[in-house]
Amino acid sequence: MSTKYQRPLSPFMMYRFEYTMILSFLHRMTGCALSVGLLLLAYWLLSLAGGPAAYAQAQEVFSSWPVQLLLVGFSFSFFYHLLNGVRHLFWDVGMGFEKSTARASGWAVFIGAVVLTALLWVALLVGGAA
Amino acid sequence: MSLQSPVGKVLGLGSAGQGSGHWWTQRVSAVALLFLGLWFVASLVCLDDFGYASVSGWVSSPLNSVLLILLVGTVVYHSFLGVEVVVEDYVSHHGWKIGAIVALKFIHIVLAALGIFAVLRVAFGSAA
Repeated sequence: MSTKYQRPLSPFMMYRFEYTMILSFLHRMTGCALSVGLLLLAYWLLSLAGGPAAYAQAQEVFSSWPVQLLLVGFSFSFFYHLLNGVRHLFWDVGMGFEKSTARASGWAVFIGAVVLTALLWVALLVGGAA
Repeated sequence: MSLQSPVGKVLGLGSAGQGSGHWWTQRVSAVALLFLGLWFVASLVCLDDFGYASVSGWVSSPLNSVLLILLVGTVVYHSFLGVEVVVEDYVSHHGWKIGAIVALKFIHIVLAALGIFAVLRVAFGSAA
């Protein structure tokens, strides 16, 4: 492609690094991860529709440690994307743009997602369901 | 035939040519998923175990079946809107961009159909 014009630079090439950039990128990353996770959701529902034998096979898959690890990742992605999505909805109505507020809400979202993920897995393990 | 003038058709649509529809439906589906997603996770936590009997019993209760179908439909729709924007942002070649978006759309529609059919099959008790 010829460089006939001075194209504008993407923000990541001009601005000093801020952790809020990672948080912003993480929203997209977790969103894409959750899209891939839909395959597992569909597999889970289909195995259930396939009857007890098919479901038992799926349970074996879901209880293997690589898939369990994947599920921990998906659950973190879910909570992060959900909480950060709420943060985005506040921005959409023009609230929370103050630099200090935006940074604080960023931390709140990240820590909230970690805490909710931990709580979910504690609840699943204590409940004996996982 | 449309009674809209040619200029009226184009005004307000912006460079993407589709106006604010995409942006707006992404937000509306996000709000719906806020409720449906939390309901889904809370329901999983409340299950006694993940055995066939408990899970199929939970899925086949009418309210749960309907909410699950709404969840599958909404999450697939929201997912497609999201990955569509990602492809538009990162794939610069026009042909690849269109191809990728159409492929992703097909995959999402198949996923929605499979998920909804599975829930219905469990709900109507026709599972083997």
